[in-house]
Amino acid sequence: MSAGSVPKPIASTSSFIDDRIGAGNFLKRNLRKVFPDHWSFLLGEIALYSFIVLLLTGTFLTFFFKPTMGHVIYDGSYEPLKGVMMSEAYASALHISFDVRGGLLMRQMHHWAALLFVAGMMVHALRVFFTGAYRKPRELNWLIGVGLLTLALLEGLTGYSLPDDLLSGAGLRITEGVAISLPLVGTWITFFLFGGEYPGEDVVSRFYSLHILLIPGILLALITAHMILMWVQKHTQMPGKGRTNNNVVGAPFYPAFMAKAGAYFMFTFGAIALLGTFAQINPIWLFGPYTPADISAGSQPDFYMGFLEGSLRLMPAWEINVLGFTLPLSVLIPALVPMGIVMTGLALYPFIEQWVTGDRSEHHIAERPRNNPHRTSIGISAVTFYGILWLLGANDEIAAFFHVSLNWTTYVGRVLIFVGPAVAYFVTYRMCLGLQRSDAAVIGHGVESGVIKRLPSGEYIEVHVPPNEAIEAHMRGKTAIPVITGTSADGDGIPPKGMRGPLGKLRAKLSKAYGGEKIPLDGEHPHEEHAAVGSGEDDKSLTRH
Amino acid sequence: MNRITARRRHPLARYAVLLLALGLVGGFYTLVAPPGERADAAIAAGRADDVAQGKKLFEQSCASCHGLNAEGTAQGPSLVGVGAAAVDFQVSSGRMPLANPGAQAPRKPTAPWVNDETIKQLSAYIQSLGGGPTVPTQEQVDPAKGDKAKGGELFRANCIQCHNFVGAGGALTQGKYAPPLHEATPTQIYEAMITGPQAMPVFNDSIITPEQKRDMIAYIVGVREEPNPGGAGLGRIGPVTEGLVAWIAGISLLVLAAIWITAKKRQAH
Repeated sequence: MSAGSVPKPIASTSSFIDDRIGAGNFLKRNLRKVFPDHWSFLLGEIALYSFIVLLLTGTFLTFFFKPTMGHVIYDGSYEPLKGVMMSEAYASALHISFDVRGGLLMRQMHHWAALLFVAGMMVHALRVFFTGAYRKPRELNWLIGVGLLTLALLEGLTGYSLPDDLLSGAGLRITEGVAISLPLVGTWITFFLFGGEYPGEDVVSRFYSLHILLIPGILLALITAHMILMWVQKHTQMPGKGRTNNNVVGAPFYPAFMAKAGAYFMFTFGAIALLGTFAQINPIWLFGPYTPADISAGSQPDFYMGFLEGSLRLMPAWEINVLGFTLPLSVLIPALVPMGIVMTGLALYPFIEQWVTGDRSEHHIAERPRNNPHRTSIGISAVTFYGILWLLGANDEIAAFFHVSLNWTTYVGRVLIFVGPAVAYFVTYRMCLGLQRSDAAVIGHGVESGVIKRLPSGEYIEVHVPPNEAIEAHMRGKTAIPVITGTSADGDGIPPKGMRGPLGKLRAKLSKAYGGEKIPLDGEHPHEEHAAVGSGEDDKSLTRH
Repeated sequence: MNRITARRRHPLARYAVLLLALGLVGGFYTLVAPPGERADAAIAAGRADDVAQGKKLFEQSCASCHGLNAEGTAQGPSLVGVGAAAVDFQVSSGRMPLANPGAQAPRKPTAPWVNDETIKQLSAYIQSLGGGPTVPTQEQVDPAKGDKAKGGELFRANCIQCHNFVGAGGALTQGKYAPPLHEATPTQIYEAMITGPQAMPVFNDSIITPEQKRDMIAYIVGVREEPNPGGAGLGRIGPVTEGLVAWIAGISLLVLAAIWITAKKRQAH
């Protein structure tokens, strides 16, 4: 290869750059980075690309939005609000919707992208959780992810409060209610946030700064850190043929993965554009301007806040009055406890799991959810907890649409929020073991070939064949979950250090239950053939009719 | 003369005289007495013979729950004083006659005997019992004569906490609900405000003037007829359906795209 084949302008430009910033080596190293291929690995990119759409559409919206609460009389194109007093923020949001070319499309794409941003994060987080991809060395990246999710919720909250319509005001009112319910500092925080008595004149401009500057800035920084860490630590891969903890099997970044990622960006952009074009979202003109005196039936937050709405609706009206101070548990508990359980649980899970299993080794092979039944059950349990709260955030719509009593949705919800996760845990655990057994059966017996053979004795059997090589390798990627060893007491009846006391005993117990091999893959005796119609007395596993 | 004298002592004579006297007094009273409240009311809601027809209809279709004289029973409330507007609202929207008792009477197709004429007769009868709000005129409920913007402010202040931003309806306690306003006619909306059917409070003319009521009707009718500029309206009930669409349409579509993109693999050697 001679340099003569490269046109001079390109060759000289690239050598100019290479001589000064040494990009050649960097690119050479990184363009060949290998990425494993699995559809679920693309889910996080939904959030990434939605964020890009959010930045683009959001910038457009800032050109026309006026984040102030000064009073104006509406005089735009939307006739049913003509002559109505409203804030400048709301008037400018109406202006964007009706009088700015493409404004409504941009607003709708921005809102749909926001929903997909959070939904994308959620499905991505679930994928990472259920495959154990948060394990060492990726715990820090997992924590960054939890931080991103929390910030995304805050970003959403500050965002949908901006247009200052009646629905956003309802959300703002609940925000105020939560802030003021905090013990000791509640009143102070509320007055600080709103610049005085609710709603005041400041909250929209303050939320605007948070929404377009501070939170997106942190989001951008954290996303960058998230991507760099992922790049440096390399992506986990599914178990399979030739895949080990020390290699990555897949396609190189350039050209294969870049094309796929580019295509996926187009898909995400396309989906958001389609939704923004064909599905109306947040029709603020129907809601009217915000006044603290008005509230509408069916006032719900965006979906990602739905679980908080649900917990607020489920909570009985408890309140403690001590020495002239009121502790409004009916707001405090639903606002802080479910969020605390979900977010703290997410953040701590990798470390709790390490503590329980005593596993300090690195993992680059993703675990199939069935192969860690307790983790999967805990995850589904949490999903159920979240899902019930989320569902009950819409209990009035459910009651109205399905013609059931609103009160009963609450009563049932109060029981379900405790029973549901427990049932989900049990059912998931049994399903995981069942799936492990089915894997063991495939390894032990092979798969059904569809060929029925008649033996000289008259017995019919179905011929089983060994599974496909790739499938078998995928199944054999299973490893036993580590258990803390040496938990038993020594000769003098003294347990080893770290296993003493109630906490140590609990740890030993948890480790034993959580870890280990529940259903060994090679536990069953291999058979070449399997009876389709039993005839012998010894075969009890098949019914004869 | 003699015959009369002879029959004077007939055992039934005293009854005949009594009847004659009663008839005379009654007839004289009817002729002489000034037309009272009853006739006034009948005229206000229809013609006087509407009342008689209405009573017949009432006895056929309503009396089993509301009592033979509309005095109310354990099954249904008294209708004395509810007025023609209440009858017109309940019957024209199909809520009455009730199909089966429940938390609330649902809007349904009207009974076969119900038409403008029979509703007028029934209304006249109920109106004759004890007065009450009357059916508004076409002028009073004409959406074209109302101010949408003013009506919208009143609608948001008074109605949406149960009926939702755009009148899509909402749930109330114990199986009761605020129905959607999509099918309610301007007259029915007006009547609902002045009579307060079922769980709804009464918004009488001293709370919301007839003119303001017309503004509200103008807003309700205007907004429900207005197209959705942003695409499919998704039921216009806010973020619940939006969230469903984001997950069911958005995330599903992108998951399918991810599966499709990663399904293409280089053949392993």
